Amino acid sequence: MSDLVSDNLNMQFTTPSGLVVHALKDVSFTLKKGELLSVLGPSGCGKTTLLNIVAGFLNPTSGSVELDGKEIQGPGVDRGMVFQQGALFEWLTVAQNVDFGLRMKGADPTETAKKVDEWLEIVGLAGFGDTPTYQLSGGMQQRIALARCLINDPDLILMDEPLGALDALTREKMQSLVLKIWKETGKTIMIITHSVEEALMLGERLFVMAPRPGRLHKEYRLPFAEMGLTQDPRDIKKTQHFSETREEILSMIWDMEEEIMGGGSL
Amino acid sequence: MSEFLFEQRNTIVAFLIIGLIISLALSIVKGRRVMATERTDLVFGNPAKALGGWYWIITGMSFVMLIWFYFSWDAARAYNPKAANELCQVAKVESAIKPMRSQFPLDKQNLRGTDLIARDSAQLERINNNLKTMALKHSVEVEAAAILTSLHSALVDQANPVYIKTSLATEFKTIAERIDRLTANFNDPDFPGPPTVSQQAAADAQPGWGDTGKEIPVLATTPLGYRYAAVAAEIRLIAKDFVKLRNTSPHLLAQVADINSRIKDAKARSKEDLNLSIEEQEAHTKLYSQLNKMLKRIDDGAIYPPNSLDEIQSSLVAFDKTHIAQQGGLRAFDAWMMPGGRIMAGNSACSEQGSGRWLPKPSDTLGTLMRIADPDIGFKDIPLLWYRWQPVGGMIAFLLPDWIAELVPGDYPRHTQNGEIKSNFKSNVQDFVTGNYDSFSIPVPMGHMWDSIIRVVIGLFFGIILGVPLGLFMGLSRFAKGFFDPMVELYRPVPPLAWAPLILTIFGIQDDGKIFLLFMVAFAIMVISARTGATGTQLSKIHAAHSLGASHRQILRRVILPNSLPEILTGIRISIGVCWGTLVAAEMLAGTTGIGFVENVARKQSDYEVIWVTIIILGVLGLLFDLIMRAVITRTIPWRGKG
Repeated sequence: MSDLVSDNLNMQFTTPSGLVVHALKDVSFTLKKGELLSVLGPSGCGKTTLLNIVAGFLNPTSGSVELDGKEIQGPGVDRGMVFQQGALFEWLTVAQNVDFGLRMKGADPTETAKKVDEWLEIVGLAGFGDTPTYQLSGGMQQRIALARCLINDPDLILMDEPLGALDALTREKMQSLVLKIWKETGKTIMIITHSVEEALMLGERLFVMAPRPGRLHKEYRLPFAEMGLTQDPRDIKKTQHFSETREEILSMIWDMEEEIMGGGSL
Repeated sequence: MSEFLFEQRNTIVAFLIIGLIISLALSIVKGRRVMATERTDLVFGNPAKALGGWYWIITGMSFVMLIWFYFSWDAARAYNPKAANELCQVAKVESAIKPMRSQFPLDKQNLRGTDLIARDSAQLERINNNLKTMALKHSVEVEAAAILTSLHSALVDQANPVYIKTSLATEFKTIAERIDRLTANFNDPDFPGPPTVSQQAAADAQPGWGDTGKEIPVLATTPLGYRYAAVAAEIRLIAKDFVKLRNTSPHLLAQVADINSRIKDAKARSKEDLNLSIEEQEAHTKLYSQLNKMLKRIDDGAIYPPNSLDEIQSSLVAFDKTHIAQQGGLRAFDAWMMPGGRIMAGNSACSEQGSGRWLPKPSDTLGTLMRIADPDIGFKDIPLLWYRWQPVGGMIAFLLPDWIAELVPGDYPRHTQNGEIKSNFKSNVQDFVTGNYDSFSIPVPMGHMWDSIIRVVIGLFFGIILGVPLGLFMGLSRFAKGFFDPMVELYRPVPPLAWAPLILTIFGIQDDGKIFLLFMVAFAIMVISARTGATGTQLSKIHAAHSLGASHRQILRRVILPNSLPEILTGIRISIGVCWGTLVAAEMLAGTTGIGFVENVARKQSDYEVIWVTIIILGVLGLLFDLIMRAVITRTIPWRGKG
């Protein structure tokens, strides 16, 4: 059993002015191996906090998260992370970024070099190994971040708004790449996003979170990710099911935002 | 080679100036052409307009060099090497005639006699007005008023032609005639005739303009110079005779004798008067000393009847005209080619006064640089930058502590009955660690420049290897930040030079003190920049490294350190600049070598050429350091500002 199990997760912060913020309240869910989960919600609903707890960068106030039956105590190689801005090491070349994890582990250099070539091939950056990363575009940098994370062969891949900073076209291509990787590797993936369409396309399962306190509001099981493996994403987006779900979620989030702003003063 | 260049410097400078003017003109033409073809001028404030260009660089450099050549009078010397010598003779005439001219309304508004009458009668009136306020006995006050009246008539009677000595009028005439005769000679091209052999020899023997420092050959060397020198000698005599004259008529002498005896009597009477209070006594003493002072001024006989000096004055005006006319082109040359000052004649020497004095000529400055750069001459017996042979043994010994020998078991050898001393293992070790053995030598750099550079390098080195780790530590740990921050922040804001007297006292004026001072400077800067670099690391990068499985040590080495490199390298660049400035000041404070030391000695000797040479050397070395750092920065952190 290699599931991600979140059990009654609670997280409270105290702001510098002394206010106690309930970032997460009683969050419980189970993510089976190989599932693709996207988490959606208005700003301030605690989705990034949730991801940081799963990654081990934060300790929950109460409750626990388990991966493969082991409680998460801190960051680890079993959970790979992809950040919004890539968070690449700009003093290293593309190849050095990709094999960073393996080098830290002290893996065999020839083996590593082979793996780097394979992964660069998969993310479509073959031949860019010796290029400094700061010379690459945002989309290419995000592909490197993906390869850097995947080469470590993590059980769970966490993505924090990974495509948020990309232009629409690059974004669509990257969505296809994520789906392709999901299919080919069978990894469990958890994606945080604020784009409803992206959440629908990249979510086998979809959590909509609500703010104040941050909690799971509604869960969907969706067919679009599976469809996306074989069909043109634009065709999927034209289907009635897709647009109905999108409208439903959009109005749900709209209502939440209204509530935060002080109740429908439009 | 360098001697030849020094001898030919005037010719070289002359050609160089022509070259500079041509390059200035050509580069301006080129620059204007480029400007005309560029479209960037369409937008005001377009940064592309401020990109410069080699032609504007040449324009600027040529302009600066021309200004330097011009205001240091190097251009004047190049095109007219005799000008200073001739102007020296002109200055001699001016300084010789000065005591005489000052009696006439030539340089100022009034005749000297007018000024004296105005000043002295005002003073007499002031004393008279004050009589009431002084604590005087009534009889004394009346007597004093009478004396003041007599003093006043003695003063004004000098201006009355009735009393003037007849001999004085003749003497005035003689002086006027002598001036007229000299003026006539001045206009005579043959005056004073060719120089004698000995005069010629003495003139030839003296060093040229600037050959030995900033002095100007004082003996005349040109026909114009001879004429001016001769005129100066004669006008000096005339002026001497004129200022000796006094308007001491029998009438004035009788007046003076009368007033003198009246003051004396009054003084004696008040001395005998036992009824005077202390206050009155003091007032009387003060009054008599004032009256005596006025009498001494008036009995000078420096005032003449109003029109008695007219002849001499018109002779002087005529002389002035000739004096100016005879200078001819030299006067224009002085005005246009020797700006910002003039040549002054003293008793036995002529010197440049004004910008020509403190702004050395580029050619002389270069000559001085070449002279002290010569390792055989150097400055204070130390070359600027040279090498010496150093035995390797001594250098190894410097690195090894002497107590190593003490660790070797056994005793040091003892002398035998025959007085022989046999070395053993322990003594051999001691010889090795103290460098007391023959070893081959290698050349090592030395000299003032090397000493300055190596001090900065060593101070900087220790500042970096100790400051960077501490700074990173402080950027990563609450404890380190809290614990070390007060210590660094307590000493850092103190200007480094404020520490210098203390540090130099503790560590000595040799290298140790200066290196420690520079270490302190570099250390604080490096700590702060490394700390800023460490705290500036993006959290997401550290998170990424964590989830890629990096340990703490690996994150420090592979993520935080490279991420702080831009700040650290900028810190080094700043440190070099600050250390360089601090070092020079510290070397000026104390020491026996280094560029700052050279400049300080030159300052004490008013040796402007050496001062400028050190300024140039310091500037060039500072620029060199900065260029090296800039190259290092672009090579090691090309990603800076692009992350």
